[in-house]
Amino acid sequence: MSDWVFDGLLGTGLLLLGWQTLISRDLFRSIIWFVVLGLLMTLCWVRLAAPDVALAEAAIGAGVTGALLLNAYRALLIDKPPRHPSSVVARHRQTTAWAVGLAAFSTIVVGGISWALLNLPQAGVDLGTLVRSRLAESGVSNVVTAVLLNFRGYDTLLEVAVLLLALLGVWTVHPKDETFSEASSDFAQNSPLVGALLHLLAPLLVLIGAYLLWIGAYAPGGAFQAGAVLAAFGVMLYLSGRLTPTPTATFSLKLLLIFGPGVFSLIALAVMFWGGALLEYPKDWASLLILAVETGVTISIAVTLVLLVSGSPGLKRTYQ
Amino acid sequence: MNEFDTLLSVLDAWVSKTLVILGGVFYLAGTVGLLRFPDLFTRLHALTKADNLGLGLLCLGLVWQTNSLAIALKLLLIWLLALMASAVSCHLIARYALYEQKTSTKGQS
Repeated sequence: MSDWVFDGLLGTGLLLLGWQTLISRDLFRSIIWFVVLGLLMTLCWVRLAAPDVALAEAAIGAGVTGALLLNAYRALLIDKPPRHPSSVVARHRQTTAWAVGLAAFSTIVVGGISWALLNLPQAGVDLGTLVRSRLAESGVSNVVTAVLLNFRGYDTLLEVAVLLLALLGVWTVHPKDETFSEASSDFAQNSPLVGALLHLLAPLLVLIGAYLLWIGAYAPGGAFQAGAVLAAFGVMLYLSGRLTPTPTATFSLKLLLIFGPGVFSLIALAVMFWGGALLEYPKDWASLLILAVETGVTISIAVTLVLLVSGSPGLKRTYQ
Repeated sequence: MNEFDTLLSVLDAWVSKTLVILGGVFYLAGTVGLLRFPDLFTRLHALTKADNLGLGLLCLGLVWQTNSLAIALKLLLIWLLALMASAVSCHLIARYALYEQKTSTKGQS
């Protein structure tokens, strides 16, 4: 009974937050609602017994995306100060028709997909049972990592490539001659507390990142979560002015960016020499290879996420 | 001796619940403060103080329920991290608000 009440509150809260995020007229408010939505979504994933997804949602969905959105909002503010409310309202009315049309269209699409899903024939094999029965061959004991890095490694390889593409996209749309504004304000830089907090958090975040990477083989965790934790540290350094944007990327930084996808692709190809197919790890080497892939991917994800937030091609250390 | 044991077990069951509920009360008070207090500084005060104590009591109540030292230490770590993060972010928000106040009064005079 209490489970039902809790889940009901969670589900209703999720819908309400989604609604607030969409209808809020103030962009800043929308962003805050979105971050809260991410946190509640995390709880939902926990309730659905999917702690891996919950970790990813908390770290990437709420954390890094939240920082990304707030940063974009800040850039908008510098570009053009907030408009007079009345013009916003006028624009609102204009777009209402579009919004209604889009909503109707989305409803039809979602309805169609749901209908198709409901009418799918029963799958011949139960994938969950199949994965569990062959878990011993994967080299790891965590089902999610086994699927992500071994059984469906191809998907993950493409995901990592997509993240890199996203960064390339950001670089492409960024005007080249623009001087990157200092992200931090003097308040953050001059405050003695920020430095103290960073000193305390630095070893802890590196430790937690490494722990998440390592534990991914046995329990919820893995490259994406570890990368997001390390990226959070990078974002803190960027926001507090310890890292400042540069108009060009150094060679070593580029190397870090492609390190993960590179290691992943090399291993994917190399196993073919042992007679396997693409990404078919030899059984005895599987756990080691998965750890190597995850380590490389963690580093690249962390660097990519920080650069996505800073929006600049490169970052350099600034000494305080 | 037997009576003492039952007393202990009853206490054991209630201490955790009391701590968690007390933590919830602090959260509630903090939220009411955030909504009802007149200006930014008092709101920050309500929010951070209440959240720190609320989370502390919550973690303490949960520590009471576990037999594992590792979990207890993790809960403690969560509380300490939240303490640090909320203290620093509160300080930064207040600092910025003070700066804004100063510049706006300068502009008026």
